[in-house]
Amino acid sequence: MMGAACALYASRAGLDVVVVDRGPVAGGTTGAGEGNLLVSDKEPGPELELALLSARLWTDLAGELGGRIEYEPKGGLVVAAEPEGLAALEVFAAGQRAAGVTASGVAADQLDELEPYLAPGLAGGVFYPQDTQVMPTLAAAHLVRASGARLATGRTVTEVLRGADGAVRGVRTDRGEIHAPAVVNAAGTWGGELAALAGAHLPVLPRRGFVLVTEPLPRRVRHKVYAADYVADVASDSAALQTSPVVEGTAAGPVLIGASRERVGFDRSFSLPVLRALAAGATRLFPFLAEVRAMRSYLGFRPYLPDHLPAIGPDPRVPGLFHACGHEGAGIGLATGTGQLIAQVLSGADPALDLTPFRPERFAEEAA
Amino acid sequence: MNPLELARARPGPAFTVTFDGREMAALPGQTVAAALWAAGVMSWRSTRGEGRPRGVFCGIGVCFDCLVTVNDRPNQRACLVPLRPGDAIRTQESTGHDD
Repeated sequence: MMGAACALYASRAGLDVVVVDRGPVAGGTTGAGEGNLLVSDKEPGPELELALLSARLWTDLAGELGGRIEYEPKGGLVVAAEPEGLAALEVFAAGQRAAGVTASGVAADQLDELEPYLAPGLAGGVFYPQDTQVMPTLAAAHLVRASGARLATGRTVTEVLRGADGAVRGVRTDRGEIHAPAVVNAAGTWGGELAALAGAHLPVLPRRGFVLVTEPLPRRVRHKVYAADYVADVASDSAALQTSPVVEGTAAGPVLIGASRERVGFDRSFSLPVLRALAAGATRLFPFLAEVRAMRSYLGFRPYLPDHLPAIGPDPRVPGLFHACGHEGAGIGLATGTGQLIAQVLSGADPALDLTPFRPERFAEEAA
Repeated sequence: MNPLELARARPGPAFTVTFDGREMAALPGQTVAAALWAAGVMSWRSTRGEGRPRGVFCGIGVCFDCLVTVNDRPNQRACLVPLRPGDAIRTQESTGHDD
């Protein structure tokens, strides 16, 4: 997704772009997510600013591509089971409002109007109309197509080529060299490996997550609905398994159930305890799901940097190398803003946001 | 080879199930999909978007194309569910759920 968005905005800035992917389009983390474009889970700060910029750009793209990428501005509803949790959620939302997020409090007796199948007895919630969903695989494919960039799939970068002065002059792949004065590292969870090929340290780590998929249903879950403790899990530094229920319907019918987070390397093995925890959390929010069949599950690896911010912009250690990776679980949502910022710095323009918090050289070597 | 012929199998005696209320024979161990094929039925679901007909595609439980309602429970994979005497198979429209 990130590569597709960088290609789109770079092409529109007049640059000649080749997209290189060792797999197929959306074969990595892009195809393993839910396609959320969220502002609701972000605290005020640089990531939220990037999310708001990205949301505006997604809205523009929806005018061109909306139906084909299943763009659905359905809104997010965060709920709290207890009054203490609700009070904390309302404080969080007040801070977001001051930073430009639209958020409205939902009293306990109003939850039913937004989500008629929600469990009774919840303390209340906050509704975020800017939260949106796309089908991530379709989004990546249509952005690459709309960019007009040349697409080289099934081609692995094996070396970043550098001139005598140290500047990047292209990449070597398993099927020949591609020469270019600038290389953008949009390798997601594998962005650390690509940076290492250029001799730059970037500690991107995988954070595994499962999604449970139900049988197709009529629209019973109308928004993205999640419990307030999800925000704490997203920001956590723990390596241990964390699950917090995130439930949403899709345009195609199945309900997607997340979200789990654990740091277990690139272990792709199925985990019944994780899926059991996801199912239990989802049925606490939506009791009718207990009678619904789960069809399948999938998993992926969020590209995670130690301070939970992505790496975006030029790498001063390697002239010509740019990074656009490490967006953790928010890469689909943050792709458009990142793509535009990358296009701006590639073409010598001033970036729309201050890139200082995202600078790729901010991690000390010994922290790895 | 004709998939409708038994490949040297010696199953027990046939029993009766119903498909949309009509009686139909099935053999012990046969899946819903196998019994429907043997009865000449190739399609038993209509898609959610455009109401197109669907039956067996992969036949091994992976693709979820052959979904069918059995004993009032929708979205079961016809290629995996074994039949028992008296089972009621129904054509599944859309998601198989009301509303």
